[in-house]
Amino acid sequence: MSAASTGEELSVRIRKSFAGERSSSFLLEVEFTASPGFTILFGASGAGKTTLLDCIAGLQIPEAGRIAIAQDVFFDSAARVNLPANRRSVGYLLQSLALFPHMTVRQNVQYGLQGLVSAEREARSGQMLESFRIAALAGRRPGELSGGERQRAALARALVMRPRALLLDEPLTALDAAVKAQIVDDLRAWNERQRISILYVTHQREEAFALGERVIALEAGRIVSQGSAHEVLHRPELETVAQLAGFENIFDCSLVAAHPEQGTMTCRVSGSNLDLEVPLSRIDRSRRLRIGIRAGDILLASSAPRQLSARNVFPGTIERLEQRDMMVIAAVNCGPVFEVHVTPSARESLQLRKGSETWLVVKTYSCQVMQGSG
Amino acid sequence: MIVQALTLTLRLAVMVSLILLIVGIPLACWLAFSPRRWKFFVEALVSLPIVLPPTVLGFYLLVALGPLSPVGRWYQAIAGHTLAFTFAGLVIGSVLYSLPFAVQPMTTSFAAVDRKLLQASALLGASRWRTFWRILLPLGLPGVLTGFVLSFAHTLGEFGVVLMIGGNIPGATRTISILIFDQVEALDYAAANRSALLLLALCFVLLAALHGLRRHALWNLWDWR
Repeated sequence: MSAASTGEELSVRIRKSFAGERSSSFLLEVEFTASPGFTILFGASGAGKTTLLDCIAGLQIPEAGRIAIAQDVFFDSAARVNLPANRRSVGYLLQSLALFPHMTVRQNVQYGLQGLVSAEREARSGQMLESFRIAALAGRRPGELSGGERQRAALARALVMRPRALLLDEPLTALDAAVKAQIVDDLRAWNERQRISILYVTHQREEAFALGERVIALEAGRIVSQGSAHEVLHRPELETVAQLAGFENIFDCSLVAAHPEQGTMTCRVSGSNLDLEVPLSRIDRSRRLRIGIRAGDILLASSAPRQLSARNVFPGTIERLEQRDMMVIAAVNCGPVFEVHVTPSARESLQLRKGSETWLVVKTYSCQVMQGSG
Repeated sequence: MIVQALTLTLRLAVMVSLILLIVGIPLACWLAFSPRRWKFFVEALVSLPIVLPPTVLGFYLLVALGPLSPVGRWYQAIAGHTLAFTFAGLVIGSVLYSLPFAVQPMTTSFAAVDRKLLQASALLGASRWRTFWRILLPLGLPGVLTGFVLSFAHTLGEFGVVLMIGGNIPGATRTISILIFDQVEALDYAAANRSALLLLALCFVLLAALHGLRRHALWNLWDWR
């Protein structure tokens, strides 16, 4: 318990085969250390994120490797050490939360405090219920809670044990942005005092950005990139990471002309007459060239814009328009179809409708040049 | 006569269902969670009494409990008499015969408990024992109760096995169903009707209680620790 405040490092080296998405078998092979604070495990589903967390928590046994917090070894295949899950004191928030349905929130939170005298148990759970703002719900059963309240209850239950590391498996994916932000703030505030390593699994780029002190990108069981959120998510070297990193628009392209004096080059989107002006990059002609553009980086205009710094301006027709939360998603056909994200108020002022004509504006530096391995 | 048969029947049913509660829960846990490949073998063995004619089970039990088998001889050496044609022998036979009625609902309801809840319990530091008492048993309670009531009711109505290994000894092995058979053989239809009606009512009340309980009361049972 006292160890938590000193800030212990979690070190992980694992090899394990696991069943991938399409029942094909993958090999999970990773090695990393996580210092106190948030570390984001970022990757598509089937990349092995959950298997990795299961191994750290002791729910699955790796074929080889070593897992330790500070000097305490949880698993070591060479030394034949394998501590069972109930003796690792790792907090793990399963994706399904797994709140006990037959117990109240208070009973759930107190479940892990079995060794304490009841006065202390009450004090600690009460304090935890307060810091996650669910004290008023203590008498309710999980079935009577909203999604956000359930997340808070599950977090409180995991943290009241003062775990030495915390694993979160896409815990906030289902929540709307405001609730999510508040829970993250509470979690951050809690961790300011405790300083434990928090491994946070997500496949959402926004979440990785919002939380990440450090991001580890995982693909098909391997770490493909790690560093700060900006390093990993903004300048992706590998196409695969870029796709994960939320480029809604990815086009196959061919190089038309390079303009070294301007630092740009012109690329034609395959199967169309559309030319994109993109930043000059070193191109390996033997590899596939693709351009990625984020939907939120594209501007829409109701009439042909003039005197603009942006080099890529195309007329198009809105094929589809739908609202998701506070975001309007438009599919604009300019030859190739672009996905564009705008705010509801922009939709009103531009009077965007299905079938209406619009102009699409993309800055040169919003175009990300990618070269895949294939 | 009917009172004697009724008390005997109830005594038998209570003992059998209690024994099956104690034996059935661990067996059901094992069937629900064991990763063993040969589990199906045990499953088949447990459900055998459902399809087997009671005479088959009764016959082999009679042989096994009698002086021809080592077990029977061993018991005879200790107790001075064989297990066959005694109340104890009846209990053994009934336990085996009602086994699937207790174990199957329990297995189903244990297997239906979300594994993630059991994992969550372990992650919160709980031992297997604690996880069983606090999570698995409360959540599997409907199946446990169903198994208990079904084995009780099934023992009440049992006939063939009792006849085979218990015979028809008043106060020791003559249950209501045997009594009814006796009464019909003696052409005493009025008495047979009374006995049959009693058994019918008893079984109906039990099953009605079981189904009624299933509908609402079980959630409240979760409150006990």
